[in-house]
Amino acid sequence: MTDRDDVPVEPANNPAGAGAAPALDPATEYRPPRNQWWDVWDQFKTHKGALVGAAVFILIVVAVFLGPYLWTIDPTYIDIRAKNQGPSLAHPLGTDQLGRDTLSRMLSGGRVSIAVGLTAMLLSIGIGTLIGVIAGYFRRLDGPLMRLTDLFLALPILPLLLVAVLLFRDMLSAAFGPEGGVFVLIVSLIGITSWMQTARIVRGDVLALKEREFVLAGRSIGTPSRRMITRHILPNVLSPIMVSATLGIATAIITESALSFLGFGFPPDFPTWGRLLFDSVDRMQLYPERVIWPGLAISLTVLSVNYIGDGLRDALDPRIRGR
Amino acid sequence: MLTFTIRRLLLAIPTLLFISLVIFLLLELAPGDPMAQVPLTVPPEVKERMREALGLGEPVHVRFWKWLVQFFWVEPLHLIDNLFGTALAEGQQRVISWQSRSPVMDIVAQRIPQTLWVVGVAYIVAILIAIPIGVYSAYRQYSWFDQAGTFITMVGFSVPPFFSGVLVIVIFSVNLGWFPSIYDTTHEVNDWDSFVVQLKQMIMPVMVLALQITSQISRFMRASMLDNLGQDYVRTARAKGMTERVVVLLHVLRNSMIPVVTVIALGIPAIFGGAIITEQVFKVNGIGQLLITAIQANDLPMVQTLTFIFAVLIVLFNLIADVLYGILDPRIRYD
Repeated sequence: MTDRDDVPVEPANNPAGAGAAPALDPATEYRPPRNQWWDVWDQFKTHKGALVGAAVFILIVVAVFLGPYLWTIDPTYIDIRAKNQGPSLAHPLGTDQLGRDTLSRMLSGGRVSIAVGLTAMLLSIGIGTLIGVIAGYFRRLDGPLMRLTDLFLALPILPLLLVAVLLFRDMLSAAFGPEGGVFVLIVSLIGITSWMQTARIVRGDVLALKEREFVLAGRSIGTPSRRMITRHILPNVLSPIMVSATLGIATAIITESALSFLGFGFPPDFPTWGRLLFDSVDRMQLYPERVIWPGLAISLTVLSVNYIGDGLRDALDPRIRGR
Repeated sequence: MLTFTIRRLLLAIPTLLFISLVIFLLLELAPGDPMAQVPLTVPPEVKERMREALGLGEPVHVRFWKWLVQFFWVEPLHLIDNLFGTALAEGQQRVISWQSRSPVMDIVAQRIPQTLWVVGVAYIVAILIAIPIGVYSAYRQYSWFDQAGTFITMVGFSVPPFFSGVLVIVIFSVNLGWFPSIYDTTHEVNDWDSFVVQLKQMIMPVMVLALQITSQISRFMRASMLDNLGQDYVRTARAKGMTERVVVLLHVLRNSMIPVVTVIALGIPAIFGGAIITEQVFKVNGIGQLLITAIQANDLPMVQTLTFIFAVLIVLFNLIADVLYGILDPRIRYD
């Protein structure tokens, strides 16, 4: 049985191995069973924008999370004699009005922005999937949950976010410290106000899945609802969830930056990209490059994430895949 | 169709009530005190009476009810009074701003034209740009125009307005000096020169807003055109010997516009929300800027009213989009 043991392992080691098997036995056209994620990856590879986007996003994430270990200047260190410097070897992106190094501020700002984006996305996907699956699976809860979703969709998000940040900032700062409090606040606010699209898409997919035979078969052998959902429903709605997850990162980063830009985000000595942009707008006549860097970082991150989402949507759609 | 519209209108009432309750309760938690600016020499009992004069002494549900009455009954009456010179709302308490001690609605009415002017022009410009781009991109799919258009719309979609706004200010007003960076709302247009000045100060905020809207709408337009170009009726029309122009611009365009029109309607409230940021960048004193200053000054009645106006816009345009979809697409019947 060595032959059978080899087969599932081989494509994992060698993604291009699918072409090798027909060469051995062209008459039967035998193709070893292949994990579907390899098909997804093959399709994803054909989307150039998505590939470049993924590379750029990974680069930004790595730079932002490992960069501070290589570029060790403290972003809050004030060197007032070296204020407002242009680019130099000591400060590749120059310094700000208090002599803080712009590069290290960009790196630690990016760390916060991306952390906010990822955590808020996880929260919003979590809530959205939960509500979508429950609404789609249990008919009795469908009506109320979808009305709730409609109500949330009708809320004016940005004004409410501004108000809520102002209201709860002090409360949470006392509980988690000034930075931690604002982080928790912004992440949970973005998460709570951005789950609706995911919930709607997931609900639609679950409703369609519920009519399929495998669900009927599963139910007929007495599978409890909880296991039906975790074993059979959830894996099948993974693709729309993944697409809205990538797009969710983009929205979360933009929302956080918008809040910081309006002055309702993180405290001033705690840089994020939005905050850096907000701080440099006052001096943009003299030092326009300080506006460009954080803005470029935000735009590039969001652009790459959007491209990844585009590519994923194509790659995860079985009707497009393989064309 | 009529029953559907009426049902949706009736359903909008509990939605709006719920939203107003959420907004009201959220602001109820506000830590600020409107008496914080009053000098310490004022004795506490006087402060207490001042607070009551602002309507803060009563329990929550009474105040919520009073606010509802003021917003839905007194303010519309006042509007009628202003329009027709009647005196229906004479002597009734209106929603008063804590900042300026004047009726909130009067201030909002002063600010709305600026917002509408910038946002409205941006929306129209964006639609006028987006539709031809979408149509041509779809018609010549995978051509260089389509590739470039898809890339530019993706960029426009991803660059947030607070960066694109600041960027155009840096380029066009700081470096080139072509346009002013601040939108002057006191400027009056009465001759050609002042019209040019107005045009110059509007270009940047309008284009920044329009860039984002264009990206969204042209992506939709392209997708919708692509859906329709592959349909059987297109082949039929071509087989009948119609010119390409008639096929694309008459048959396909009309059918592709159906979902796009609803997207356009749905986008209007989001644009008002997005205008908050653009107004802040270009210092336009519209309702977005009013909201920000009101939040910073802890002016709760103003924040409440403005947030609620945004909510009304969202509910209203959702309704319009649904009804429009039913009217435009004969396949959709809500019965």
